[in-house]
Amino acid sequence: MVERKRYDNRLGFWGWLGGGRWGFERYVYTLHRVTGLGLLGYFLLHILLTTSRAFGEPAWTAWMDRVSGPVFRYVFEPLVFAAFVIHGMNGIRLILVELGFAVGKPEDPVYPYRTSLNKQRPLLVAVMIAAGVVLAIGGVDFFGMGH
Amino acid sequence: MSETRILEVVYRVRRFHPEKDEKPYWQEYTIQVEKGATVLDGLHRIRETTDPTLSYRYSCRMGVCGSCGMLISGKPRLACNTQIEEVLIQGNLVTVAPLPNFDVVKDLVPDLAPLFEKHRAVRPHILREGDALDPEPGTEWLQTPQELDRYVQFTYCIRCGLCMVACPTFATDPEYLGPMPLAQAYRYIADSRDGGFETRREIAGTAHGAYRCHYAGECSNVCPKGVDPARAIQLLKREFVLSYLKVIRHRGKASRSEGPIAGAERKAGVPEAPAYTIEQKPLT
Repeated sequence: MVERKRYDNRLGFWGWLGGGRWGFERYVYTLHRVTGLGLLGYFLLHILLTTSRAFGEPAWTAWMDRVSGPVFRYVFEPLVFAAFVIHGMNGIRLILVELGFAVGKPEDPVYPYRTSLNKQRPLLVAVMIAAGVVLAIGGVDFFGMGH
Repeated sequence: MSETRILEVVYRVRRFHPEKDEKPYWQEYTIQVEKGATVLDGLHRIRETTDPTLSYRYSCRMGVCGSCGMLISGKPRLACNTQIEEVLIQGNLVTVAPLPNFDVVKDLVPDLAPLFEKHRAVRPHILREGDALDPEPGTEWLQTPQELDRYVQFTYCIRCGLCMVACPTFATDPEYLGPMPLAQAYRYIADSRDGGFETRREIAGTAHGAYRCHYAGECSNVCPKGVDPARAIQLLKREFVLSYLKVIRHRGKASRSEGPIAGAERKAGVPEAPAYTIEQKPLT
């Protein structure tokens, strides 16, 4: 059989972000994945840092000095906190949704179609508001008057 | 006599010829179409009046066969089901590209073979383990309307592949089964006549199966038939979890009628169904 040339049209990571004109849940999906990768990076750094204690106090102090600067204090730490809050709150929604809660029962498709996305959207709004409140409280602690 | 309104639109079409081109390129056509014309009508107009070399796939022209899925103005849609006026961008521009996440065969024709292979992998038919196809000819499986409601929404799928194209997970994981096959796996698992739960769990309950879905929900947004694959996949995951926790047991629960259903007797003059042309074997 003659092998014909084809063009690989896979979107790859552009499929997470690109295209535009998508639904809100798709952007939350992307945010969840990006914050998840950010938290993974933080945990690796965290393990590296705490491991340094095994090499004595000087190693530990040297590492702590490296991560105590204003860039870590006012940029990376708030980012880790924000990622943790958003990933955690949205994770609660995903656990519920992926166990079949809040997606509704199958129904006859009658135009205009209402999908499970419409059913779970109040839950999504609720967790995003909760995340916003926790982020605001955390923001006061990070950047508030006491600092 | 009513006046037909004529629109002048620019079609920006992604072209690719496997024997000539290294990679796809965009080509523009300016055409005149009538109000109410679909994107597929516009492609026909281009072929008839401007460029007979343009390739695309279509069949029924009425949103039933699922052949003419394309990326139209940035979103996966059926060309026959989409009016040009709905998708105009920058005034009078329509962009038409082949469905992404599948190889391009030529111009707007994607290779959907991987989609159908994944569909076949989830065994999209009633499985009665150990039983023959039709154990007692002349009798029927009994099913209540409530049992039918559990899966009937997912039977409207036309296998157009738009959900696979919209799914961001399938964009990065070619091994992911994808929304359509997973929704069809649930369609049969939820069917009280089916006994193939364990068989399908081995395929759909894996790392590249239902658990790979993280509910971006775009499959349900783009489905032209309102099938809602995202809902089916979440319900499928619930079935897997409840089964793992031994809360539910899956077996074909439907019973057979003891004879022909009352009122369904054959009318005089209607011929008998032809004999089976294949040997009946137990399905596994």
